[in-house]
Amino acid sequence: MRLTELFERGEFVVTAEVGPPKGINIDHLIDEVNTYLKDRVTAVNVTDNQSSVMRLGSLATCKAFKDEGIPPIFQVTCRDRNRIALQSDILSAAMLGIDNLLLLTGDHTTLGDHPQSKPVFDLDSVSLIHAVKQLESGVDLAGNELVGEPPKFAKGAVVSPCSDSVDVQLAKMEAKVKAGADYFQTQAVYEPEKFIEFMEKAKQFGVPVMLGVVIPKSVGMVKFMNANVAGIHVPDHLIEELKKDKEKTKAGITGVEITARIIKECKDYCDGLHIMALGWESKVPDILTLAGL
Amino acid sequence: MLITQLKSKDAIASLAQGKTFVINCHGCKEVYFPEYQADELQKELAAEKDITEIMTRDYICNPDHLQLQLEKYMDKVKDADTVLVCSCGVGVQTVAKYLEEKRVFSGCDTYPLPGFQGVTPQELDCAQCGECYLNYTGGVCPITACSKSLVNGQCGGSKNGKCEVDKDMECGWERIYRKLEKLNKLDTLKHPTKVRDYKKPFDFSTKDGE
Repeated sequence: MRLTELFERGEFVVTAEVGPPKGINIDHLIDEVNTYLKDRVTAVNVTDNQSSVMRLGSLATCKAFKDEGIPPIFQVTCRDRNRIALQSDILSAAMLGIDNLLLLTGDHTTLGDHPQSKPVFDLDSVSLIHAVKQLESGVDLAGNELVGEPPKFAKGAVVSPCSDSVDVQLAKMEAKVKAGADYFQTQAVYEPEKFIEFMEKAKQFGVPVMLGVVIPKSVGMVKFMNANVAGIHVPDHLIEELKKDKEKTKAGITGVEITARIIKECKDYCDGLHIMALGWESKVPDILTLAGL
Repeated sequence: MLITQLKSKDAIASLAQGKTFVINCHGCKEVYFPEYQADELQKELAAEKDITEIMTRDYICNPDHLQLQLEKYMDKVKDADTVLVCSCGVGVQTVAKYLEEKRVFSGCDTYPLPGFQGVTPQELDCAQCGECYLNYTGGVCPITACSKSLVNGQCGGSKNGKCEVDKDMECGWERIYRKLEKLNKLDTLKHPTKVRDYKKPFDFSTKDGE
């Protein structure tokens, strides 16, 4: 089931992101997804060597999820493959019945665990979306015809609504829409008022937007994100609130409450929710329940 | 070494909007410049368009030298709607940087040739990629000013205007956006999706005088 069909029906789509392990055993990951996510989310989004750290492949993990009856979203970044490999992997996904994509430029190689590697970026997120649209029309990026029925995907893209230069991000969002993006998921939002303001401006593009949330696990984690992660800003009052978590040894409950509150404040302004639990998949059911989803 | 090749007549004509001030750089010995063709094309252009001045100099990539050369033309430059530069990518970027408020366009594409490189300013660079994007980006090169050489806009990695790769480096797309904003030319960003062409062989048949 493509996400686009659900958006068209007016459903509030909920997805969660998971990262494949650095190794070949995914039994633990599948157990976690089955236990905490399967019945609560529409699809599970599988990262592609997230943060430029080499891991098990997104496509193989998506296939394993699919075999378990868990609908996957295949994340594809431009960092590690040229246009030939990207198109080939995307066709492979279609052949395996994986028809939800999230198309990204990807972090630079120097940020990950193989900083010596050559960054590719033959395509970028916009030209990758364009390439997938070409494949859907029955030709590849070079204009050569595909044999047989062309694939059909829900083509996802990302945007940072709380970026310090949101106007530059909106310009890129428009380029993605023009290239053929079907839906968007956002970078983590901690400032609902900024998100709502962003949604006012993004409305003009007429594509569904899913609110992105990252569970704030600890004061240390949010301070790190504030210093290092682009497009994320955790305001001081939330940091103060999180400090109490430790004092009362609520062990993460404050982060769950904050996340649920952000979702509640934003959900009427968007078309879906994307939860980036970063290892805290076990908290997802509580967050959804608290948020009334 | 590098080779500059004139863009097509149609492409150049579409760039020369309004009063147009033309700068040719027949600069360093390391750059091959199509002097004869540029001269012919600019004559044709002058017949159809409002070309207010054609200035031919060398080493416009040296900011001090450029300033000196432009001094006596500044009235015409200020009056111009467009500044069309026929030089390698470094020259265009230097002019665009100096004439912050002007629409500065490149009349050439720049290709690499193996061998000795000319003396170029350290803060500007031309990757000689053979498909000059400077006309879409306010004269800030997206290939060299962006760590990922993105041609369709900013990635999600910019924080406080700085690049995710190097926190001391300004985000190239932030610079491009602000420059276009200043020029009131943000519409330039609404061009169709760009797919980089890495196979752009230089067409030697169009060499000067042949």
